[in-house]
Amino acid sequence: MITLEKKPNAEILDAVVIRFVGDSGDGMQLTGTQFSDTSAMFGNDVATFPNYPSEIRAPQGSLYGVSGFQVHIGSVEVSTPGDNLDLLVAMNPAGLKTNLYAVKPGNTIIVDSDSFNKKNLEKAQYKTNPLEDGSMEGYRVIQVPMSSLTKEALKDIEGLDNKSLTRSKNMFALGMVYWLYDRNPEHTIEFFQKKFKTKPHLIEANTKVLNAGFFYAETIELIPNSYSISPAKMRAGTYRIIMGNTATAWGFLAAAEKSGRELFLGSYPITPATDILHELVKHKHFGVKAFQAEDEIAGISSAIGASFAGDLAITTTSGPGLALKGEALGLAVMIELPLVVVNVQRGGPSTGLPTKTEQSDLMQAMYGRNGESPVIVIAASTPANCFDFAFQASKLALEHMTPVVLLTDGYIANGSAPWKIKSMEELPEIKNNLVNEVTENWSPYTRNEATLARNWAIPGTPGLEHRVGGLEKDRITGDVSHVPENHEIMTHTRAEKVKRVENFIPEIEPEFAREGDLLVVGWGGTYGSLHSAVKQIVEKEGYKNIGFAHFNYINPLPKNTGELFSKFKKILVCELNNGQFVNILRMHFEEQKFLQYNKIQGLPFANSELIEKFKQLA
Amino acid sequence: METTVDKYTYKDFANEQEVRWCPGCDDYVILRAVQKALPETGVKKEDVVFISGIGCSSRFPYYMGTYGMHGIHGRAPAIASGVKLANPKLSVWVITGDGDSMAIGGNHFIHVLRRNIDLNIILFNNEIYGLTKGQFSPTSLVGQKTKSSPYGNTQPPFQPGELAIGAKARFFARIGGNVPKEMTDIFIEAQKFKGTSLVEVLQNCVIFNDGCYVKYTDKDVREDQQLFVEHGKPMIFGKNKDKGLILKGLKLETVTIGENGITEEDILVHDAKTEDPTLHQMLVRLEHPLVTGIIRSFPDVTLEEREDALTAQIKAKSEFRKTNDLFFSGETYQVN
Repeated sequence: MITLEKKPNAEILDAVVIRFVGDSGDGMQLTGTQFSDTSAMFGNDVATFPNYPSEIRAPQGSLYGVSGFQVHIGSVEVSTPGDNLDLLVAMNPAGLKTNLYAVKPGNTIIVDSDSFNKKNLEKAQYKTNPLEDGSMEGYRVIQVPMSSLTKEALKDIEGLDNKSLTRSKNMFALGMVYWLYDRNPEHTIEFFQKKFKTKPHLIEANTKVLNAGFFYAETIELIPNSYSISPAKMRAGTYRIIMGNTATAWGFLAAAEKSGRELFLGSYPITPATDILHELVKHKHFGVKAFQAEDEIAGISSAIGASFAGDLAITTTSGPGLALKGEALGLAVMIELPLVVVNVQRGGPSTGLPTKTEQSDLMQAMYGRNGESPVIVIAASTPANCFDFAFQASKLALEHMTPVVLLTDGYIANGSAPWKIKSMEELPEIKNNLVNEVTENWSPYTRNEATLARNWAIPGTPGLEHRVGGLEKDRITGDVSHVPENHEIMTHTRAEKVKRVENFIPEIEPEFAREGDLLVVGWGGTYGSLHSAVKQIVEKEGYKNIGFAHFNYINPLPKNTGELFSKFKKILVCELNNGQFVNILRMHFEEQKFLQYNKIQGLPFANSELIEKFKQLA
Repeated sequence: METTVDKYTYKDFANEQEVRWCPGCDDYVILRAVQKALPETGVKKEDVVFISGIGCSSRFPYYMGTYGMHGIHGRAPAIASGVKLANPKLSVWVITGDGDSMAIGGNHFIHVLRRNIDLNIILFNNEIYGLTKGQFSPTSLVGQKTKSSPYGNTQPPFQPGELAIGAKARFFARIGGNVPKEMTDIFIEAQKFKGTSLVEVLQNCVIFNDGCYVKYTDKDVREDQQLFVEHGKPMIFGKNKDKGLILKGLKLETVTIGENGITEEDILVHDAKTEDPTLHQMLVRLEHPLVTGIIRSFPDVTLEEREDALTAQIKAKSEFRKTNDLFFSGETYQVN
């Protein structure tokens, strides 16, 4: 076992960004996850982001087969996985080539020098070896023959085939990085003990390699010093590291339990939303009914059926899938049933960029249906608050008898961060509009006066048998009606029902300046990037007149939105699309002038570009 | 409020809505047959749900006194699957047409049959699009002149039973639109059957495809042109009950009892309950005579049964009772 010795010379850092890259088979996701979990347990704030190839088994060593995992850890608040790398760990030449752009000269790169052989260099399209040709000058490159050191460490362990011998070199790298950042490897050793319970030789092998990497880093003089990152100041409580999609799934589990309705998911696999399905199918013990349908349309249609029958019904998808669900979503609007549609946005149009993030489905969520078809639209903004907004989407759907579109995106869905676990006791009550018995003049379209939600009478309830359908309804009886005035009244009623949700959601609370020169506005998954950029410019560069308002409620908008806008001279709406939210705001606030900052590269905002833009305007 | 099942009549399953199909449409016959079948099934009225797609037939739920949803085009099997999975106690019926189920809803149609969810599907097959006023459908015949095929249809049709059995349908019945008594009996059997039951009704459209089945269903020719099969009984038909089916090589052949030494013993006995669909497929494809009745009724495990068993098994093994158990499980850590 390793005993950690105090490192008197360790340099204290606020935060570091580390990226582990290698071949798809090199175990980079595991390496990164272990490092972030260990750091979180040490008390750091963390944010992570995986980056894997869309090819399932890309050829070994190829440029497009590179898999990466980025970790941002800090003793201060960390709200994004970070832009510039302090440390790049590259297990092969292809990994180095495709990730070097993110390392600033002067920063550190650790490479497995064994892998820089002729074959791998060719596959990475290097004409000469970058470790030898001088092209890496200016970086602090640490060459470690990890493959051979790993083999050496394992030479006495019996029962390992050749594949296992080289496979665990990722643990050698992890051991080195643990030493470098003053982390205790104990958590990872416990992880081996659990994972390989029935294969003791693998526990021994992995532990040995991890320790070998740790000791190597300690002994070798190639690493001139090491760094220390103190625990972050975080609110007291019980935490876990959670991925956005898992948090979304768990928010629904919580909402089902809180509301007393059973959870039904109708879904069809689509990147990057499928992990929500993967998570919910596991939870049959809670009675979750997760139905993998034959297509996107059947996904939402089955959910509408389940909602009609009284379940908390949801469907999960990404952009192209939402397009397919449009007609059925209109049916849910017409028959006024509770339903949550999750759209984990990705780059579009069409198949677009399935594994890249974008915020370009906002207009589709708002208007992507035939007819006047208003729905509630809300957006989660961090991996952890995907939980809150999945819960809130369910609450709004059940309490207001309307479909809700919940937008997340590939960035927060696949990213992970610490989540201060919410116990059921902390969560608000969820009411519903169920009717259980016949009352005089009962009608399925009798409405709650405050919310305009209609009655929810579910099959199996004697005396409340009724029919709903996609044809326009009589506003009193719910029977089919083609009366012109009735259609207009019903159209207004459906719109008003969604509008009145503003009375049940929180007001928008700006951060930093509450009035002043510039209000930075964002929505959804860009919270981390925008928040950290505004924080930096306000707190470190002295721009005290900048405020930041980030929207989770898009339709309806918080009631005080207009009032907030009136307190700033300039408003800059930042989005990862061509300007969708800004146009919604223009529609609502005709008098107000909105500036916009857009990026459509399938990538999150970089800190530097935001700061530059803010400075131009402040 | 407890409803007693034994006093239901067809009126309990009707409502006050004015029925708006064209006068003379077979849909009226189907509606009444369903309303007459339900009191015989022992199902409580409040537990019955009718889900439809789009088309003339899909107005059906509005005319029932039960729970119902008039859905969207082709998607009724998917909506109904959600209803049934949410509450397996319900008796869930799907009302669809040849356009709704064979064209726009083809995907849902085959998958619902594959899964064997306990639904009853009534397919109103009139070989035409009625509500959109007369275009050819996936069951229209080659050469059929319609508004969208003025020179004759060039698209070969589906045979619904053939498609259904190919999609692993466990229950398939076919019945003419003008025989209410037999139709009622088939609906009762469809409800009793655990699994997806598909009943194809040869429904005459008086406006756009009048008489399309008359060569099979007309009172005068019916007995000679239709073979009404019953499980366990020999496949005999004809006015004089003297015609029957035998298997010759890989083909079904019509023979006359009393001719060429054929006796009743030689006639095939209908086995609707066998798993092997080969003979069922041959019966479905036969044109002379046209086979009606319950052609296939193979009892199999339903999706709900599989799901329930799996859920019970996982619940018994799991340590998680409440979501808190999950949230605080595994790798958590304290910040003080």
